[in-house]
Amino acid sequence: MPPLVSVGDAPTLVERGRDAAGIALIALLLGIPMIGLSTVDQSGALRVLTRWPLLGVFVAVAFCGRLLLRYALDRLKSRLRTRGRQAAAASARHGRVLTAVGWLAFALALVLPLVFADNRYVVDIATTVLIYVMLGWGLNVVVGLAGLLDLGHAAFYAVGAYAYALLATQFGWSFWAALPVAGLIAAVFGLALGWPCLRLRGDYLAIVTLGFGEIIRVVLVNWTELSGGPNGISSIPRPSFFGLPFAPSGNAPTFASSFGLEFSPMHRLIFLYYVILALSLLTNALVARLRRLPVGRAWEAMREDEIACRALGMNVTNVKLSAFALGAMLGGVAGVFFAARQGFISPESFTFNESAIILAIVVLGGMGSQLGVVLASLVLVLIPELGRDFSEYRMLLFGAAMILIMIWRPGGILAHREPTLRHAAAGGGHA
Amino acid sequence: MPEASAAGGVMPLLSVENLTMRFGGLAAIDDLSFDVPAGRISAVIGPNGAGKTTFFNCLTGFYKSTAGSVRLNHPELGVLRLESLPSHQVARLARIVRTFQNIRLFPKMTVLENLIVAQHNVLQQASRFSLAGLFGLPSYRRAEARAVDKAVDWLRRLDLIDKADVPAGALPYGTQRRVEIARALCADPLLLCLDEPAAGLNPRESGELNELLLRLVKEERLTLLLIEHDMSVVMNVSDHICVLNYGRKIAEGTPDEIRNDPHVIKAYLGEEEEEEEEEDAAGAVQAKAIGART
Repeated sequence: MPPLVSVGDAPTLVERGRDAAGIALIALLLGIPMIGLSTVDQSGALRVLTRWPLLGVFVAVAFCGRLLLRYALDRLKSRLRTRGRQAAAASARHGRVLTAVGWLAFALALVLPLVFADNRYVVDIATTVLIYVMLGWGLNVVVGLAGLLDLGHAAFYAVGAYAYALLATQFGWSFWAALPVAGLIAAVFGLALGWPCLRLRGDYLAIVTLGFGEIIRVVLVNWTELSGGPNGISSIPRPSFFGLPFAPSGNAPTFASSFGLEFSPMHRLIFLYYVILALSLLTNALVARLRRLPVGRAWEAMREDEIACRALGMNVTNVKLSAFALGAMLGGVAGVFFAARQGFISPESFTFNESAIILAIVVLGGMGSQLGVVLASLVLVLIPELGRDFSEYRMLLFGAAMILIMIWRPGGILAHREPTLRHAAAGGGHA
Repeated sequence: MPEASAAGGVMPLLSVENLTMRFGGLAAIDDLSFDVPAGRISAVIGPNGAGKTTFFNCLTGFYKSTAGSVRLNHPELGVLRLESLPSHQVARLARIVRTFQNIRLFPKMTVLENLIVAQHNVLQQASRFSLAGLFGLPSYRRAEARAVDKAVDWLRRLDLIDKADVPAGALPYGTQRRVEIARALCADPLLLCLDEPAAGLNPRESGELNELLLRLVKEERLTLLLIEHDMSVVMNVSDHICVLNYGRKIAEGTPDEIRNDPHVIKAYLGEEEEEEEEEDAAGAVQAKAIGART
């Protein structure tokens, strides 16, 4: 059955030639006035010069270029089709390759700050990437697995950040004590958002979550007594190394003095890097594990078909709320880390732009793919950084890169979905 | 009309009484009463727009009926009133599981995963708010192994085992129908409601479907309720048929009784046929049924 399709689709040489000739003709028609004729200023008078050889080259390039482009597109298409056909067979191998890449990335992440121990810029960027990785993994639960389009994820990020900032500055809580509490507060906000959204899907849900994100931001801007309004909250305590502060040695024991090191401001940055690495790895382990549990499968099933879920006796309300709560909690934890790292937060950091970037990370990475989120975060954080030389064209470059990636891989960078369990693996030696 | 004559003294599993479903001024189901005998195959047939799928939606809690009652004689829980239950409770408590006219699988998930999702409630309970599952406690792992065994068992019996790891959406249409039935069976139904299971199947596949349905009733003591247009399926496997037209029941009985029922012939072939000889019209229906079979 498949060969029938591909035979019908593959164009013959004549067809290709005709297609390219058509393009060449258009090029010729456009080229006559644009290239063939040109005006030159000759001692005050305009003279028309003809440049037929150049036009000829131009048309030939258009002809060959079209031929090549068409060929490349056709090959890509047929390759995609074969890939689809062999998907089942290749998927197991594919999964193993991805696991290997994942471990490699993990190893690189572990040694990175040791290699760049004196490069503040690299460690800072790597920490930013990891914050986005964690935010992406949190949103991946809601958007990628449960299929609920959430445009307001920055709201939970903000809730986590403000929860820590307030707990730390007002009540003197430490980073480690505030971390789970702020996560829980964000989860409660997740439930508060999830509840009115239970009946909404797709575009409508997106609009409500967008509104929710704005509400949180506007409240933070205007509720000056609580949040400090547009001035934000400053001098948020930085996390200490389990009680040992990162400070120049004084009377109290510090991190540097207890380990017999010379004080360096890099210690704290490297420590922060490892904290966010640990937090995101924990997130990854949690989400990867949950995906293989009934809740995780229920999320994915709900993304695929909510009505079928109900017909099988699944309480869709609980499934949705659990996805919202978990996603919000992970976003909140990332927010706590963000506040602790920056030492200063204001509503400016939690605009719609932030939500859009997190969503872009999930979509670009490939919905539901954990490793895809990592790659997409790298791309989305590094492109603007690398583009600094282009100054104001930076965002243009960013947009163009996103469009190109989506054309190249419409399903995201890693659209591969690893089944949560396999008969071939379980059933092969199955009793 | 003879009430439950075809039930032949079998205790009804499901009794529908005076069920009415209105959408604004339109009565999609109008005062329908109907019994589904336990351990038999019952069918609901009728022309397009007769209210068959609406009836299914009322039965399975997707619509809230305007009036009337649906009662289920549950072997453990006694009599359940379904009209007040939400759809997921109809599947969970009352164990009425349905399939859909336009197949509703989870296309990106594999066939095996589809069948595991059908056992969600059992597994979710075993995973104790996901905690037992997160830590991989033996109690959860046993429950999961049992679920996989059950899924694999149904896949074997429905000849789907070599498709276990294929994403459900990549399968041919006829196979997807079978997967949907397998998935419904994994949810442990007391009553299995199939909405046009033969739609889109070729004659060989619908022949296999017939065999499967008969086997399920015989071996699993399941009760089946079908909506079907394919007369070769309806007439060959049903014990009991209910005919709807414009939301009203116009006939009920065994396949033979239905075949010769003047009301049914009128509903299917239109008013003009009334003037002709009844035998002719009956013959026409039979010819249609035979035509559908070949």
